Order: sequence, then structure tokens, then C-alpha cells
Amino acid sequence: MHSSWLLVCIVLAAASLCAQKLGVGRAASPDEVKAWDIGISPDGRELPPGAGTSIEGKEVYDRRCKRCHGDAGKGGDETALVGGLGSLATPRPLKTVGSYWPKATTLFDYVRRAMPYKNPGSLSDAQVYAVTAYILNLNGIVGASDAMNAQTLPKVKMPNAGGFIPDSRPDTGAGKKKK
Amino acid sequence: MKDRRNFLGFGLATGAAVTLTYCASEPAAKSGAAAALEDEGRDQLGKVVTAYGERSTFEKTARLVPDTKTPATSSSRTPLADTYGIITPNALHFERHHAGVPKIDPAEHKLLIHGMVDRPLVFTLDDLKRLPSVSRVHFVECAGNTGGEWGLKTAPDVTRSHGLASCSEWTGVSLKLLLEEAGVQKAAQWLLAEGADACKMARSVPISKAMDDAMIAYAQNGEAIRPEQGYPLRLLLPGYEGNINVKWLRRIKVSDQPFYTKDETSKYTELLADGKAMIFTLPMDAKSVITRPSGGQKLKGPGALEITGLAWSGRGKITKVEVSTDGGATWKPAQLQDPVLTKAFTRFRLPWTWDGTEVQLVSRCWDETGYQQPTREELVAVRGMNSNYHCNVRKTWKIAADGSVTNA
Repeated sequence: MHSSWLLVCIVLAAASLCAQKLGVGRAASPDEVKAWDIGISPDGRELPPGAGTSIEGKEVYDRRCKRCHGDAGKGGDETALVGGLGSLATPRPLKTVGSYWPKATTLFDYVRRAMPYKNPGSLSDAQVYAVTAYILNLNGIVGASDAMNAQTLPKVKMPNAGGFIPDSRPDTGAGKKKK
Repeated sequence: MKDRRNFLGFGLATGAAVTLTYCASEPAAKSGAAAALEDEGRDQLGKVVTAYGERSTFEKTARLVPDTKTPATSSSRTPLADTYGIITPNALHFERHHAGVPKIDPAEHKLLIHGMVDRPLVFTLDDLKRLPSVSRVHFVECAGNTGGEWGLKTAPDVTRSHGLASCSEWTGVSLKLLLEEAGVQKAAQWLLAEGADACKMARSVPISKAMDDAMIAYAQNGEAIRPEQGYPLRLLLPGYEGNINVKWLRRIKVSDQPFYTKDETSKYTELLADGKAMIFTLPMDAKSVITRPSGGQKLKGPGALEITGLAWSGRGKITKVEVSTDGGATWKPAQLQDPVLTKAFTRFRLPWTWDGTEVQLVSRCWDETGYQQPTREELVAVRGMNSNYHCNVRKTWKIAADGSVTNA
């Protein structure tokens, strides 16, 4: 039994190698993959351990984010993070995390990979969870003491989650798609 | 033929509100018959051979660089009116960076392919250069290009209206070949492409595109890709909006779902009048623009000249371009300059005689899907005024009786 399993393994391994047509490139180690695998899917499958609340997040935000994004996510030189609910169908839409973003996981992903602007990657995972919780709380989406973590964040329902439709082009001329 | 620009009827854009570097610094033409045939200094030895060439010191054509507090997350524009043929010189290719241009040692750079694959693989640049190469001419265009044309106050010159588009011959490796090396699993629908810049710019790509004409490019117009275009590696998805052609590419993760990254949700989605937004609007629709004569230029006087411009489509080849010299009332077919390539700039031309009266020039194009470039009114009717991206409306230039060309 043992040896037949071993044979199966050897055959599978050989098949796997043979399937590589050109044999260029080398196998990636699990550690290499883990170190770079920072993208977060909407179901949160890649979310790391750690947790943070809005209360903890305010402290991080005020030190690391406020200078560009303003007090409580408004009025800064850079993108507003709060407000704009109900504005999307008006002549002056305000697209913020609260009014526009369809997935809460995007906030964790983007803050961790790209923020703060001049020092991306400098926040710990717990700090990223906390800042994410704070920005969601400022938008009235989660409570002040709700902890964001790998389980809770993907379950957050964003106000504009249902606001996106597939590409319906071509939408002009003779070849336009029927609605 | 003493001055080719005179023959073409173009002069300097002097005193105009638009003072672009490339207009302001044309070589000063000598006047008088005596000066015309002078060969001054050309009987002496010239400059010696050099290792890496530079353009003539008389040539000043340059990208338009905006004044901004955050130049590392900014864009520069290609001066399309002063480029020729269909290839954009590497030094003039438009730029859009989100966290500056990283300095990457090609010997250290790696491309990781993992996720829903049988064999997670790491490729070096040397590995990729061992593989069968592919070279193709394709435009890259920012989804926000021509965004100013949504409104009634349009851009004054073609650099500002259409300069976030450029076209190069790209050389690299088929992405399909790399994915087949790694063994894509059946459930795969999307992949995440991620850059090695400071912000790790990332976009989700449909697997169907990845297995079609996608390329991992390491060269541009015969030399290594410029740092600002992604040195040493960039993703090239022919015809797709610029942002998804991830530069400084370091990682591809195959998945069964898109990632909804910041740039494909908060940006690069089309907000419609009813408040809904189209997402994953990836191909660039057919677009054309007259580049000469165009805004900021000045015709020296009535007479023969050539109307020329560029047309392109992210859905295939350009099949027809028409030009109107009466603001769209009547149209004439323009000549398409060979080669006409898929998802590439196509040069069009129409010989014309300007009679010295005020006229409006405009072009429109068709691609091989039968799609026709819309008017502004047609596009606004279906998309409203809140969609910042994928504006491909026609562009009208007005020539005044004094020869000055402005946006109509």
C-alpha cells in the first residue's frame, strides 16, 4: 500500500514536470509566495492574522493619514474618504469609500500596499485593520468598537455594493447593445 | 524646398495662449534668398561618433509635464502634433505613475506566477529572454485620455486633449506561454497583475485576455523598455486601458475571481447618470483626432496643405477615417497610411487647400467591428456627464481667417 502510494506520487511529480513544456523558470518556494501574496480577494481568503477597531484606528490615522486626507477623512488636500452618500446621481458626485467603493476588502488591500503615500508598507497588519475600521466607522458602516479582522472584514456590507454593472459597451451607434 | 514647414503651411504658434515648448522653440528660419542656400560651417569636420545617439540640438519637442505638488503620482503627455508616422519615440511616450518610477536592477528582478496554477514559478529576465519572443505594434492609452472633452470647455491643443496615448513596437513573451508553463487550473477566471513600484500598483485581468494576445514586454521600439514605461518588465494587454498594463511587473496571481483593487473600483469605473457605474470597462473604443492642423498651431496663409491625424481602436483595426472641413456637414474619406495594424495607431491623411476663410476641421473613424466614433452628444446621451473615463468623442478644430487654430 505504502509503495503504491509512493509510485503514484512519483508519477504525479514526473507528470507535473513534464507538463512544463520549455522548462524555463524555477519553482517558487512557499515562503517566496507568502512574502509577496498581498492582494486581498473580496472573500478575504488572503487576509492576515491581526485585528483592529475604529478607536485604535483613529490614533493611527491622526498620526499617519490626517495630514493628507484631513481630519476625520474630510477637508484634506488629497482624496476625501468620507461622505458623498446620495451624490452619485447628481451633477456633483462625491466618490468616497463610503459612497462608492463596493468592497471593504479593497480598503485593507490598498492601505496596506500603498499607504501612507511616502512610506507604503510601513503599517503593521493590526494598524491596517484599525485604520480600515476607523474609515468604515467614519462612514457609518461599522461601530466604533467593532473589530475588523480576517473574519469580520469580508462580511462588511458597503452602501454602494449593488452600484456596479457590467461593461455595456458598445452603447452608441448601429452596433450598440440592447438594454 | 528651402523650408519644408513653409511648404506645408505651418508656422510658429506665437503669442497664443498655449505656449508649448515644442512650438516655441522651432529653429529660426533665415530670411532672404542669399541665406537660403548657405552651407555655413559644413566644410569643417563635424561631431565624432558617439556611443548612444542624441537628437539634433535644434529639436525641442517634449512631453507636457504638469505643475503639481505630487509629481510622483502624475502624468506627462505626448506631443502628438509633433510626432510623425505611427511610432511614438520612447522619450516622448506618455507617463502615468502612482508612486514614482522605481530604480530596478534587471539582474535582481523576478516575476512570480502563482495562485491557481499547478507549478508556481519564478522567472528572471534572462529566463524570459530565452523564450520565444513576439514583437507587435500597439498603442497604450490612459482611460482618462480625452476626459476633458466630456464638457463644453474642451482642451486647446492635441497634447492636452489626446496626449495620454502613445504607440510603440513592444517585444516580449506571450503571457499564454508563461501561464501554460505554470499550468493554469480549470477554475481560473482572473489574474492579479502587480507592479514593483512603491505602491505595488495592481489590477485584475480576465483570464480570457491573458490567454489571448497578452504579452510580458521587455523591449520598446528596439531597446529595453524605458524606466518610466516599466523597466525591466511590463504587462501589455493590447487595446486595454493604460492602467491595467501594469509596469515594473513582479507578480501574477491566478484566481477564480477579480480582486476589486482600488484602481478598478474607486478609479477607472464609468459612473452613469443614474448613479450606477460600469466596472471592468477594459477595451479602449475607436478614436481619431486631427493632429495637423491642430490647436495652438498657426497656418501661414491660404494654399495647399495636408490634414493628418491618428486613429486607433482597442477592438481591432481601423477600417475607415473621414475628415470634414465644414464642421461635420460633409465628409471626405482620408487615406490610411500603411501599415494598418490591429490595436495600433493608424496614420490618416487628406490633401486639402485652405481658402483662407474660417473653417472647422473634424475627423471620425470606424473599426473592424463596424463601430463608429461617436459625437459628444451621442456619448453624453448614454453616459451622462459624470463618467471621467473612456471618452472617445470627435474633436473639432477651428481655423480662423488669420490662420490660428483653436479648439472649437
